[in-house]
Amino acid sequence: MVGQGGRHQRSVRGVLRRLTLWLALSIAALVWIAPLLFMLVGSLKPDARVLPEAGSRWAFIPRAASLDNYRDVFARVPFFVYLSNSAWINGLIVGLGLIVNSLAGYALARLRWRGRRVVLTLVLALLVVPFEAIAVPLFYQFSSIGMRDSFTVQVLPFVAFPLSIYLFYSFFLGLPRELEQSARVDGAGVLRTFWSIIVPNSKPAFASVAIISFLSFWGLYLWPLLMTTGPQVRPLPLAIATFQTLPPLQWGDILAFGVMMVLPVLIMFIAFQSWFVRGVASSGIKG
Amino acid sequence: MKRQPSLPSGNRVEARVAWLLVTPALLGLFLFVALPFVLAVLISLTNLRLGAPLPLEFVGLRQYLRILSDPAFLRALLNNSLFALMVVPVQTALALALALLVNRKLRGMVVFRTLFFMPVVFPLSLVSVVWILIFAPGAHGTMNAVLQWLSFGSWHARDFLRDPHFALPAIMLTSIWQGTGFQMVILLAGLQSIPQQLYDAAQIDGANAWRRFWNITLPQLRNPLTFVVIVTSILSFRVFDQVRVMTQGGPANASTTVIFEAVRSAFDRAEVAQGSAMTVVFFILVLTLTLLLRRVFKQEGEVS
Repeated sequence: MVGQGGRHQRSVRGVLRRLTLWLALSIAALVWIAPLLFMLVGSLKPDARVLPEAGSRWAFIPRAASLDNYRDVFARVPFFVYLSNSAWINGLIVGLGLIVNSLAGYALARLRWRGRRVVLTLVLALLVVPFEAIAVPLFYQFSSIGMRDSFTVQVLPFVAFPLSIYLFYSFFLGLPRELEQSARVDGAGVLRTFWSIIVPNSKPAFASVAIISFLSFWGLYLWPLLMTTGPQVRPLPLAIATFQTLPPLQWGDILAFGVMMVLPVLIMFIAFQSWFVRGVASSGIKG
Repeated sequence: MKRQPSLPSGNRVEARVAWLLVTPALLGLFLFVALPFVLAVLISLTNLRLGAPLPLEFVGLRQYLRILSDPAFLRALLNNSLFALMVVPVQTALALALALLVNRKLRGMVVFRTLFFMPVVFPLSLVSVVWILIFAPGAHGTMNAVLQWLSFGSWHARDFLRDPHFALPAIMLTSIWQGTGFQMVILLAGLQSIPQQLYDAAQIDGANAWRRFWNITLPQLRNPLTFVVIVTSILSFRVFDQVRVMTQGGPANASTTVIFEAVRSAFDRAEVAQGSAMTVVFFILVLTLTLLLRRVFKQEGEVS
């Protein structure tokens, strides 16, 4: 009986503790996503009410919502052109990057060749060169061959990515040797072995690298700002910044643009959220 | 090669294939990272200026002397340093606090983790646009209203982004909000890889929660913490998007940054050589900072 009473007491304390934790987390999370709520709620109300209500609770609670701002965005800018530009640019960066960087990572991790150490050192050295440090000459490199205003100029510089090579390299290092040995005994070449043995056993690495490179590049702003002049090839992150300065200043429209531009990414993120978390975590473990 | 005396011809084939596999990546890294980097250094030693009538010549370190006596660039260096000094400790502490919170076992924890991580998938330019509204001037601005409420009405509403004392802190806050989720996830992974036995043993020894945190959690998190501190420090020197969208470096250079100045001089003023010199200084800073921090953290680890 005494034991039961003790357990009862403990469970009460446990419930209380969980309740406190839950309450603390809810408050923290609410404060944390307040700017996002603000964006969503503001996008649903008339432009004239966004700024005057920004300091009241109506900034976060929707009332008399309408989709007028969303309609206005489509009327004012070619939203779907920007969306498809972003999709193409990032699809190509991630897709080509997976191929190019995984092949390099594999050669560095599993093949024996003269020059391996030198190349590996080079990749590690280039890991510390931030893009901003090379943007100025890169701009002139591309301008001098007349490549401004294209998808190519927005994709090419980011395909070979030292961080991706390094992540693939350290993942392949950890794979058991026996995997390849049986295939090699059967007479399969290096490429065949890579494609039919290594790739199917490295899905987590490919997912992580895809997510890391997407998160690194989809928000790019400086580079398209330098390299593009018109809406035909501009990606969303640059388009929203330009839209914000486009008269007449209508905050409702701007916020609606913002909601629409992150919606596809947000859906992807929520659908694959454990992959996102794993991908980001993997970038930190080796670093 | 020592391990097995396999056929030399097979080795030669393997070597050829290896070069084939790394060539696309090497080509990209050479053309779009190494070459422009070398060019940046070379250009910074000339007088290159677009549309200038002067012939191109080698001027040694003159551009560096010029930018190091340029008040705007010095202000930018100061601002980036302040940025790092404020953002690195605050963001790391906040990320650690959130990681500890979401590491607890509770039903629905995935939802909280997702919410805290969410800002990370938002591009900085969009985040900046939204925070312009939050920092709107006047009593009806969100941040002004919140501070007024928290201070029981004693806060005087200000125009954060046009106030020399508040423009840079406003950008810092925006950046912290966007970046913390990323660091939280990295620290969370670190927390989850700490063996439970360490805590069990400490509990038997009668160590309280604070002691357990100080003696087990923090030392065990050394690697992820090092990573987070280094990455955040580097990002503090790379700041550009927020400045360009929110303040244009103003008022009176109060929120300018090294990269913002480099872009301004290379593209707005066509001073290509000067802009290149700024990016070279930026690179040296980032490199030094990385090496220094790595060293500091290693030494601390060896002492304890």
